[in-house]
Amino acid sequence: MTTPEPSPAPAAPPGSALAAFFDRAGMLVVLAVLFLGCSLLVENFFSLANMRGLALAVSMTGMVACTMLFCLASGDFDLSIGSVVACAGVIAAVVMNRTGSIAAGVSTALAFGALVGLANGFIVARLHINALITTLATMQIVRGFGFIVSGGSAVGIGLDGFFGLGNSSFLGLPTPVWITAACFAVFGFILNRTVFGRDTLAVGGNPEAAHLAGIAVARVKIIIFTAQGAMAAFAGIVLASRVTSGQPNTSLGFELEVISACVLGGVSLTGGVGSMAFVIAGVLIMGIVQNAMNLLNVPTFYQYVARGLILLAAVLFDRWKRQRSGGSAG
Amino acid sequence: MNPTPAAPPALAFDRVSMEFPGVKALADVSFDVRAGSVHALMGENGAGKSTLLKILSGAHRPTSGSLRIDGAPRTFLGTADALAAGVAVIYQELHLVPEMTVAENLYLGHLPRKFGLVDRRALAAAARRQLDLIGEAIDPEARLGRLPLAQRQMVEIAKALTRGARIIAFDEPTSSLSDREVRRLFDIIRDLRARGCAVLYVSHRMEEIFEVCDRITILRDGRLVETAELAQLTRGGVVQRMVGRELANIYNYQPRAHRAPGLVVEGLAGPGLAEPVRLEVAAGEILGIFGLVGAGRTELLRLICGATPRTAGRVAIGGKEVDTRSPQSAIAAGVVLCPEDRKKEGIVPVRSVLENLNLSARRRTARFGVWVDESWERRNAGERIEQLRIRTPSARQLIRNLSGGNQQKVILGRWLSETVKVLLLDEPTRGIDVGAKSEIYGIMQQLARDGVVVVMVSSELPEVLGISDRIAVMRQGRLAALVPRAEATEAGLLHLALPEEARRDA
Repeated sequence: MTTPEPSPAPAAPPGSALAAFFDRAGMLVVLAVLFLGCSLLVENFFSLANMRGLALAVSMTGMVACTMLFCLASGDFDLSIGSVVACAGVIAAVVMNRTGSIAAGVSTALAFGALVGLANGFIVARLHINALITTLATMQIVRGFGFIVSGGSAVGIGLDGFFGLGNSSFLGLPTPVWITAACFAVFGFILNRTVFGRDTLAVGGNPEAAHLAGIAVARVKIIIFTAQGAMAAFAGIVLASRVTSGQPNTSLGFELEVISACVLGGVSLTGGVGSMAFVIAGVLIMGIVQNAMNLLNVPTFYQYVARGLILLAAVLFDRWKRQRSGGSAG
Repeated sequence: MNPTPAAPPALAFDRVSMEFPGVKALADVSFDVRAGSVHALMGENGAGKSTLLKILSGAHRPTSGSLRIDGAPRTFLGTADALAAGVAVIYQELHLVPEMTVAENLYLGHLPRKFGLVDRRALAAAARRQLDLIGEAIDPEARLGRLPLAQRQMVEIAKALTRGARIIAFDEPTSSLSDREVRRLFDIIRDLRARGCAVLYVSHRMEEIFEVCDRITILRDGRLVETAELAQLTRGGVVQRMVGRELANIYNYQPRAHRAPGLVVEGLAGPGLAEPVRLEVAAGEILGIFGLVGAGRTELLRLICGATPRTAGRVAIGGKEVDTRSPQSAIAAGVVLCPEDRKKEGIVPVRSVLENLNLSARRRTARFGVWVDESWERRNAGERIEQLRIRTPSARQLIRNLSGGNQQKVILGRWLSETVKVLLLDEPTRGIDVGAKSEIYGIMQQLARDGVVVVMVSSELPEVLGISDRIAVMRQGRLAALVPRAEATEAGLLHLALPEEARRDA
């Protein structure tokens, strides 16, 4: 691509500070407006019980969106996470029932998720197979594996101690919500403040330039996919704890939900652009819309349509914003 | 100058201004392009040439001012509008469909039809006539993607003529053509002129402008500097008006002391090289590598710095063998590369100038190798911007918004943030304006004075001759000759670079 010459020394956009703020904050503004609107207009929305429910509802998406952010920022994505969530829950349940040990169940499931991620990463980064195809394949393999291990039906868990992970509370908030908040903080820090995080964005922005600048591109990608697999497995374990069983057919379409939330917040699908603030905004917007529709008794069928439209609108808005600030560079 | 009062100019820009958020790309630009003339449009990168072409093609609408065609003011709402008014802009990247045939490309959007189906016979005949008009022996049934680039460009011109274009603008049309193809293009442009078309010709190449153009308009920083008959100007005069100052000698070559041993490459083999390469360059020396496209120059540089894995070979710096088998280890050893294709291999376009400057050095400066040292990075970015005079509103600006010359300086700055012992440059000034070129030559010489080994690959003979202490000529994957500066001439280097067969004929 030979972009025609841009302007010599483009000055920072002048004009209203409001516009500049909007450019920076983008979806955070939308989130704030949405929250206010729902609080004022939707009955029962702004209540402690509903807020708790809302936070719990987005906690799983939030967790996995943290690692998906890295995946997208490095220019890839991962479709296998929904299957990993289900399969890890089943594995945790089966191992716990066999051994009677919570630790054994949790660590086996985590190791399994990391292994799936490692395989994804190796195939994408070292064998140079497209991430779409690779993770589409592992998505089906892992889903099948979950059915095989469980024998096709839910596996009830017999260890009461395990249920605390998903069902306990701390300072009035459910434990999964605390875990998600911690993930936001930790992964946000990694992205912004560590060499690994900055390398991730560079790899997504231009892999060839990153390679020539001494970044171990393949290693970065493999680490990201492995973390993604382990995180999805962890979410699966939390889910299994909440529902007290391993469900082989849960979380269908979860991968699209997570990717939608990231993109909604403004993470670029082509890599190189993303921040944790974007992801948090995206996850919360998705969650609030869903929650409000439930409170308003919007039938499920219509909810699908509404969610799709919102995603489309967000992407169009982002494009408009970029064109406006892109100037002549195109 | 008196424009003939009888006929209004074919094309006139009338006080055209164009503003983008924060940038005034064009300010009050007025000039005429006459029918039956070839009009050069020159200016440094960022002077506003592209913006002007985009306005002409209907892609942009000017913030103020207007365009007149044959004296009548016109506003183009889109590219289709401009085409309908007889205006065609032929860009560097051609707007053709490689999977379709030449004939289909020529009539894309208005294919001749019979009973609602494409009339293949009529199409072929019409295409044949059009191609004959520009004197090209191209098979209208050939798939466009199979044609060499030069012929595709001819197809693009023929396409413009099929649409009845009378005002044709060329944007750097010769950047990827061979000498012979350039001749051919010029014949066609002269033919267009003879037929009364108004041709607007945008190029950086001074020789071409003086060869084919009648008049010239020079822009600087979005403003009109001058419109004049080319016969009244000298090359020096044009350059001076473009940069706004006298550039006596853009190379400003000054001899330096060399210290052996600098870089020693031995038995280097890998893809693109026909035989193992041995090369010695002293510290403080600038070695130019000249050769035709495909001679293995880029491959040699990439093998030296580990960007491409090698099959054999050793690299030593200052008498000590170093590991340069991967970019990581090469950078640690002080061997760095500014790649040929800045956009594809050099910059990370969606990240800031600061990010791009610190892309490599942060691995060394991070605390415990993990935590980014932000204050160091800010300071480093500030210093590089100052040192290399990178023109950017701030270190936070996205690098893709900078001009080519400034992007190249950022990549140089990325390496100056490291300890560089060997600087490999692949076509460092391609597509960069004169002012920035001169600055980059200055940086290269400064580094060489500091004892760095500088190796520059270039296709531009004047550049190779102007800046190198010694010139290596590559031919068909081999190092064919090493010529000291004093003995190098354009003709001599070119002769050495030609393949054996061609040299016997010559």
